[in-house]
Amino acid sequence: MRVNFTVNGRQQEADDVWEGESLLYVLRERMGLPGSKNACEQGECGSCTVRLDGVPVCSCLVAAGQVEGREVVTVEGLADFARQRAEHGGCATGACGTTLDQAKRWEARPSDSQTGEGSALSPIQQAFIDAGAVQCGFCTPGLLVAADELLERNAEPSDADIREALSGNLCRCTGYEKILDAVRLAAARQEEAV
Amino acid sequence: MATIGTPTNISQGSRTKGGIGESTLRPDGILKVTGEFAYSSDMWHEDMLWGHTLRSTVAHAEIKSIDVSEALATSGVYAVLTYDDLPTEVKNYGLEIQDTPVLAHGKVRHHGEPVALVAADHPETARRAAAKIKIEYVELPVITDEASATAPDAILVHEGRDDHHIGHVPHPNIVHRQPIVRGNADEAAERADVIVKGEYTFGMQDQAFLGPESGLAVPSEDGGVELYVATQWLHSDLRQIAPVLGLPEEKIRMTLSGVGGAFGGREDLSMQIHACLLALRTGKPVKIVYNRFESFFGHVHRHPAKLYYEHGATKDGKLTHMKCRIVLDGGAYASASPAVVGNASSLSVGPYVVDDVDIEAIALYSNNPPCGAMRGFGAVQACFAYEAQMDKLAAKLGMDPVEFRRLNAMEQGSIMPTGQPVDSPAPVAELLRRVKARPLPPEQQWLSAGQEADVRALPGGLSNTTHGEGVVRGVGYAVGIKNVGFSEGFDDYSTARVRMEVVGGEPVATVHTAMAEVGQGGVTVHAQIARTELGVAQVTIQPADTQVGSAGSTSASRQTYVTGGAVKHTCENVREKVLEIGRRKFGSYHPAWATAELLLEGGKVVTDGGEVLADLVDVLEGESVDVELEWRHRPTEAFDLRTGQGNGHVQYSFAAHRAVVEVDTELGLVKVIELAVAQDVGKALNPLSVVGQIQGGTTQGLGVAVMEEIIVDPKTAKVRNPSFTDYLIPTILDTPTIPVDVLELADDHAPYGLRGIGEAPTLSSTPAVLAAIRNATGLELNRTPVRPEHLTGT
Ligand code: FES
Ligand code: FES
Repeated sequence: MRVNFTVNGRQQEADDVWEGESLLYVLRERMGLPGSKNACEQGECGSCTVRLDGVPVCSCLVAAGQVEGREVVTVEGLADFARQRAEHGGCATGACGTTLDQAKRWEARPSDSQTGEGSALSPIQQAFIDAGAVQCGFCTPGLLVAADELLERNAEPSDADIREALSGNLCRCTGYEKILDAVRLAAARQEEAV
Repeated sequence: MATIGTPTNISQGSRTKGGIGESTLRPDGILKVTGEFAYSSDMWHEDMLWGHTLRSTVAHAEIKSIDVSEALATSGVYAVLTYDDLPTEVKNYGLEIQDTPVLAHGKVRHHGEPVALVAADHPETARRAAAKIKIEYVELPVITDEASATAPDAILVHEGRDDHHIGHVPHPNIVHRQPIVRGNADEAAERADVIVKGEYTFGMQDQAFLGPESGLAVPSEDGGVELYVATQWLHSDLRQIAPVLGLPEEKIRMTLSGVGGAFGGREDLSMQIHACLLALRTGKPVKIVYNRFESFFGHVHRHPAKLYYEHGATKDGKLTHMKCRIVLDGGAYASASPAVVGNASSLSVGPYVVDDVDIEAIALYSNNPPCGAMRGFGAVQACFAYEAQMDKLAAKLGMDPVEFRRLNAMEQGSIMPTGQPVDSPAPVAELLRRVKARPLPPEQQWLSAGQEADVRALPGGLSNTTHGEGVVRGVGYAVGIKNVGFSEGFDDYSTARVRMEVVGGEPVATVHTAMAEVGQGGVTVHAQIARTELGVAQVTIQPADTQVGSAGSTSASRQTYVTGGAVKHTCENVREKVLEIGRRKFGSYHPAWATAELLLEGGKVVTDGGEVLADLVDVLEGESVDVELEWRHRPTEAFDLRTGQGNGHVQYSFAAHRAVVEVDTELGLVKVIELAVAQDVGKALNPLSVVGQIQGGTTQGLGVAVMEEIIVDPKTAKVRNPSFTDYLIPTILDTPTIPVDVLELADDHAPYGLRGIGEAPTLSSTPAVLAAIRNATGLELNRTPVRPEHLTGT
């Protein structure tokens, strides 16, 4: 079958998709977007988290056909997504998702694929690096998407809020302490910037 | 607003910006947060096929026949391989003992053993075709424990063994046995005022790294193959792959692709040979990616163990003797079992001084899943048992458990049960003192003054199972000792190539090693070492591959020590060569070139007095320096096979934990409130990474204390929970704050005085949590993980 949807602001078309293929497979193997990770493919680890019309979902559990005509944001598009959000007015009240309009107004920009240098990073991406929240990094894309969505909803999350929001994302390397640090850091920087 | 940062006590400072001692950031960090870092499962090649492995559905059986015709006839399928298709006479591989078949032949020995391979144009096609392969099994009785393994009529898991352990094991179903006898434990027992005995069970833990086993094999024009794969030791893989493929090692070019964690689980081969076989057969690139279910069958696990301990002590709290017997279940294939036995026996006393010991450790062959390396490697199981024993002794003597440990703690100069003196700092008592001195987290944190209970802070969390009634608190302590590096006479070396040249008007150093970066941060510290030794800001780390000499394994807490040591050593050599060039070019301008001690700092050649003699750019203009060297730590020796005596280990590392838990005694739910840790790291090359490693290791120990276990059916030896739905690893909700206190007492034998750090925190975390749960509930709890039924007696 053919699936038409928007990924990181770009209209995409996937052909010859098998009936059983997941959104994760289509992103990774057909769109060339391997940023979303395949750690369990059973909805348990959160490594494959993307936003579907603004809502964080495990892309391994979403059938490719379900995304027809919808908007997907992956870790590859996170920086631009955050930039657009900042430019078009973030969410100060703590209770707004991403409107379709917002999602449509931006698209991913390429960066130097060797070192990643020159990439503009979203605040949460920068905070993960600065806080030492990245070790092997396999959990990182999913955590970033989930944490970014948390900060969009709740600019000043308590530790309990952070734990609750990230409880669907497994990390085997860090012990989570530095991930908490990173989310607190991003929130604090966000507050400073306001 | 929550506070930022983890309470951490660590030193800072270095002379070179971005050098050792600083928390420089990961060079791969940006790629990892943007999703661009290429993990092994992300590899892609035009015209690529997908490989799939068919695995046995039974644990122990004769294979009567395999019929692949229907699979082969499936449209989209390019190849189906079985044992009969292997290209040479070498059909087995193994880390030490070559007992693991590439594909089962004649017999399968464990549930999930690879039997056949399929390559197809879509992963689902490959899977469906594999399901059409017909195998006729005749099931055999399963060996699942010591009794069934050593019964007089036991079937041998491996008939006709001819490895070098067979001569000293009491039964062919025992892989290896290491006794340690020192002093006279029976005589010393007579001096004991109290004696405690205990029988402990340690469950089978899984490394559960998040990045699944995966890689891409690409056939090359010379008949060889290129392999991009996530592993812990490229050269060890190569040594095992080449004979099976019947190719010389030069024709197999291996490159490390991004590794999503390892923890010992990538020491053994998984899909490496399989992908190469399919690529060579089809002439096309072949990618294999395990799903999580298959991953549980695709790597070895931590040895489950039974431990039998006896300790005695005098009434003033001095240990008199220790006797123990440790039975590790190695499963169907040897993997790293011999070395795990060596570690379990030699570290079975823990960080305590006991002169009279009688120790035996064995590893079984069974039809359970194969077990091998996992973080803590044999020391973890022992620590769980000896720390429970320490608490029992203290309780029996009416002493404080930390005070009792302090009285018996080893220190620099103490003698190990193997007779080896501990010749670097061993701050066991100090580490315990530090975790104990830390203020306790407030009681009943789920109540914030005058407000309703926040159920999220209670055992059971959002399930809303309690509002605090029936919740009791406990505090427990533990400390452990782990060896660093490969032991028992292993030639544990690493290789580094370092080049220095001028690029774009700047002096640049390039470091090339075959070290597997598995997330631990080796790439970060290598750059820091090069900056420190060569005084340059710009350091490039080349991808790890087999174009440079072996770096040894990324395991046993050894890489910063050994490959870090190799980078340091090679940089020192490069520095000498750079200075020679300087002397040749500029020596006549200043007498200090000949007389002073010279350093490279800030891109310049300087005297130790700080006088600048030249810019590196001028020295290196038109020249480059390129050096490749091997580096070894001081040698170790094998343990005597009867007495266990010998200087078997190169270095030890120590960590202590204090666990604070709250237990809902009605439902048997545990919440770990805090898990404080103190560890001596010798020298923190990168404090941020050091703390990250300690917290990660601590969390894996917490996991095995309260939730992690691969459950193998004792009747069928089948794995019952191969998924993240049923094998639980700690989430952010299960993991407490982990304050870290880092000591830096230099080991004079090690580069920069550093101490391997990755494993020690995994040891003591588990027994500390268990001790805290015992403290809260008064229950004996002699197995791990603790489950609700153990706490409620249901
Ligand atoms: S890969 Fe989707 S939740 Fe694990
Ligand atoms: S950093 Fe390795 S899984 Fe999180």
